Amino acid sequence: MYNFEFEKPTTVAEAVAALSSDEAQALGGGQTLLPTMKQRLAMPEKLVSLTGIADMKGVSASGGTLTIGGGTPHKTVADEATAYPALAALASNIGDPAVRNRGTIGGSLANNDPSACYPSAALASGATIVTNAREIAADDFFQGMFTTALDEGEIITAVKFPIPEKANYQKFEQPASRFALVGVYVAKYAEGVRVAVTGASEEGVFRWTEAEAALSSNFAVSALEGLSVPADGMIGDLHGTSEYRAHLVGVLTKRAVTAAA
Amino acid sequence: MSQVTMTVNGKTATGDVEGRTLLVHFLRDELQLTGTHVGCDTSQCGACVVHVDGKAVKSCTMLAAEADGASVETIEAQAADDGTLNVVQQAFQDHHGLQCGFCTPGMVMSATALLKENPKPTEAEIRHYLEGNICRCTGYHNIVKSIMAASGQDVDSIAAEVAAQ
Ligand code: FES
Ligand code: FES
Repeated sequence: MYNFEFEKPTTVAEAVAALSSDEAQALGGGQTLLPTMKQRLAMPEKLVSLTGIADMKGVSASGGTLTIGGGTPHKTVADEATAYPALAALASNIGDPAVRNRGTIGGSLANNDPSACYPSAALASGATIVTNAREIAADDFFQGMFTTALDEGEIITAVKFPIPEKANYQKFEQPASRFALVGVYVAKYAEGVRVAVTGASEEGVFRWTEAEAALSSNFAVSALEGLSVPADGMIGDLHGTSEYRAHLVGVLTKRAVTAAA
Repeated sequence: MSQVTMTVNGKTATGDVEGRTLLVHFLRDELQLTGTHVGCDTSQCGACVVHVDGKAVKSCTMLAAEADGASVETIEAQAADDGTLNVVQQAFQDHHGLQCGFCTPGMVMSATALLKENPKPTEAEIRHYLEGNICRCTGYHNIVKSIMAASGQDVDSIAAEVAAQ
């Protein structure tokens, strides 16, 4: 990889200042960014590590909301998000143990990889993305493959998840990358059911509103009978055609409802 | 260049690194600790796994600068000073858990991390934990068997053995 300047601030304010220069980039756990830089697909002039900011780490629950610091590694979420078991389970199955010890929730959401697990949890839970500058609803945050509402230099300091009555995440794993070939997250709240799909669409994570409506009136697999997502706009590659991915969305949604119910 | 200082296998190590210097390169090229291997350029193989502050990480996917001030443990610190293998290494030898040995440093470091957090893992838990460690030779059965044995469990019941009976 090309060389760069390295900084490791200990406060959010210092990190924001360090990121204000051109060509500076935030570094979370580096489990995606460093491999990308090795391939020379990214070449920032400065990396600002967020791993030294104590305020951005940790998991806490109060009043029906689970709050996770943006710099919290997946392993910590897996162990400590006991108030929201479906989310802890998702975190415990990202990548592999070494990746989970370094990779962070803020890094995953900011990158918005179309096959990453966390975006589906944030979208299905109607989470709030907290940054150094503002709060962004998950519905507004994800704006297509690798694209988010974050401004240049804006840092995800925390993510707030409303804890649902029931939830489940089903990941059909691409065994080489350990990313989701397709992943479906179903979350049932008093106000209704939300279903978010990762890995499938060329637009990145999305809500399957038809399934949400059906499940909101009847939270049962039978409610999904006859529903399907169109193959049009689904990712097709050597791991699976767009028809295959569209089919998986239906299958995994049913599995998630069965597991959650 | 900037200076980093970390504890590696109990000893203080200091060196100059570039921003881009990976921990694995610092260990291998600066400290001559070549037991930690590089098997890929894509963070997938796990041959480079070491422990940083007690946690298994891929040292090819962590900057040396990020380990400044940390405590790092590598495969070199696993055997006793007189060469006596630790329990995981001995089990790999006894149960033929390696062939070419290229993946073994990472396998041993991952297995050690697993057993610290889960002293009596099931076969399924071992296989799940090893998802980030690739072996081109063994087909994994003997690695799983070695880790079962290292945790003091009966190894006759693992899937490959049952199939062979
Ligand atoms: S060398 Fe680190 S994962 Fe392959
Ligand atoms: S023993 Fe050869 S790669 Fe594992």
